[in-house]
Amino acid sequence: MDASRLVRKNEWEWHIAPERGMHVPGVLYADQALVEAMDDKVFEQITNVARLPGIVKASFAMPDAHWGYGFPIGGVATFDPDAGGVVSAGGVGFDISCGVRTLLTNLTVGDVEAYKTDLADVLFASIPAGLGSRGDIHLSDDQMNEMLAGGADWAVRCGWGEKVDLERIEEHGMSAGAVPGFISEHARKRQRSEMGTLGSGNHYLEVQKVVEIFDPTRAAAMGLKLDHVVVSIHCGSRGLGHQIGSEFLKRMALAAADHGINLPDRELACAPLDSSLGREYLGAMRAAINCALANRQIITHLAREAFGRVFPNASLNLLYDVSHNTCKEEFHEIGGLRKRLFVHRKGATRAFGPGHPELPDPLCQTGQPVLIGGSMGTESHILAGTEKSESLAFSSACHGAGRAMSRRQATRRWKGRKLVDELAERGIIIRSPSLRGVAEEAPGAYKNVGAVVDAAHGAGLARKIARLEPMICIKG
Amino acid sequence: MSTVEYTETESGHRQLPIGWEHFHHEADMGIRGWGPYLASAFEQAALAMTAVICDLQDVRLATTIRIECDGQDDEFLLVNWIDALVYEMATRSMLFGRFRVSISDGHLVAEVSGEPIDVARHQPAVEIKGATLTNLRVYQDAHGHQVAQCIVDV
Repeated sequence: MDASRLVRKNEWEWHIAPERGMHVPGVLYADQALVEAMDDKVFEQITNVARLPGIVKASFAMPDAHWGYGFPIGGVATFDPDAGGVVSAGGVGFDISCGVRTLLTNLTVGDVEAYKTDLADVLFASIPAGLGSRGDIHLSDDQMNEMLAGGADWAVRCGWGEKVDLERIEEHGMSAGAVPGFISEHARKRQRSEMGTLGSGNHYLEVQKVVEIFDPTRAAAMGLKLDHVVVSIHCGSRGLGHQIGSEFLKRMALAAADHGINLPDRELACAPLDSSLGREYLGAMRAAINCALANRQIITHLAREAFGRVFPNASLNLLYDVSHNTCKEEFHEIGGLRKRLFVHRKGATRAFGPGHPELPDPLCQTGQPVLIGGSMGTESHILAGTEKSESLAFSSACHGAGRAMSRRQATRRWKGRKLVDELAERGIIIRSPSLRGVAEEAPGAYKNVGAVVDAAHGAGLARKIARLEPMICIKG
Repeated sequence: MSTVEYTETESGHRQLPIGWEHFHHEADMGIRGWGPYLASAFEQAALAMTAVICDLQDVRLATTIRIECDGQDDEFLLVNWIDALVYEMATRSMLFGRFRVSISDGHLVAEVSGEPIDVARHQPAVEIKGATLTNLRVYQDAHGHQVAQCIVDV
């Protein structure tokens, strides 16, 4: 992206002045190098989102913004239901509530190193990963409805996890307002055998070591200790979410004209919050959020069982669970007034600051953990929401590294077997059903997550707490 | 970085009367099929879709199923066609390697052949979540070919 098209407000904040039908400005948080590395499409997508009805304050892009569908990936857009605001299936994305959760263990790096291969094998055998993998859980029609209404809370009631896990999940593990009745038969059929599965692409379960602490006080409050082991799980709402995303994208694109909405790009497909289609999507999307939360909860249970087989005294306590692709009803201050708004985060993380009433102790003091996944051979980061993040971008931060090259470019440059061997030499064990999948997810195919995290920290969206490096990666 | 025009040709060149290729998207993959008729372009686009997941030559044609779908126009028909294939792959745990399509008055009927996924043999790289409306186009190109293309989310 040509940085001269932007107005630089400070080292980390860039503005696009409203022009040609934009209701609000565009605001981009990044350093100059990240801005210049972004595709021109990101500029176009930020400005297109600013043209949607009822958008409030600005069309935001996070430091990891890249070319998405309609909305940029790394986009945040908030809509006012009282001002004709919309909800957009394209603005949420296909993998509804795709997200990351991190579990703290009582194991040191030394404990795990001694049994690392055994642990990798047990995890790989326990957690279904990759295309076509099936879980052992098959839901009846009634169970499906209970899952869609109850999310992780349902999973805990079924015995997959502990009640204490729930306070460490957005919305306490259950998106209220889910309407299972709006989930189609096709979506249900796609999900029937996919509960507790990782999926493929960039989804993974990683065993990671804490290698650097940036904020000792907050790290200690979160339970993060140097040289200790954590587990991170990245996956989403599986086939059900994909099906709901596809169905509503098409319906909203076709109905836009009837709603009097002129779409600058069909992929921005949306419907007024105050319309039957808008309400139907919200009910279905929330049910898909619950599907993702239940899925990550079941995988957590499978990971705990797997660790228990190798380390009988291991404990895996949930640090936090964040969702990346959502539209959430939240209260924010606009012009000194507290307003009910709908915040789309597409490839972006909610980042509530210290003191937010949704956060349990001690996270209420530290700020909400923001979990940033890197590529499989590099590093991941834990950040925390700040006091400022509310006023900057409706309490939002970045979500990951973002690809630097396409999948096909990656498979031309790297071979899966060689990558697995090279990573093994560096002490990182990869287990995946597909070597081509490994090549497509090569660490070099991703941008430097460190630069993204530094920009989020510099801009004040979230503060750096700790850096993690992978030991084992189970890749879908 | 250019967008649509940067093609990563897999199986041939656009001068050929029939074929498919992938085109660039930063995070995902574009699929494009072309041929003398709309139906052949849709068949080729489906081959491009399977090639996002695995090598086409590895898919045996053991079983044939029938798929029907409709669309408000040719572009929505393409999206519904690809989405129907994604659905059948997901719920049947199958991969498809041959597509026989006929289209009349916005109604598509297809016979689709393939086999159950064998992870060890197919080495499936990704799961396709769905067809997007991004770079979705059905048109006639300068060679007179019917072309059908869109980006799929993986």
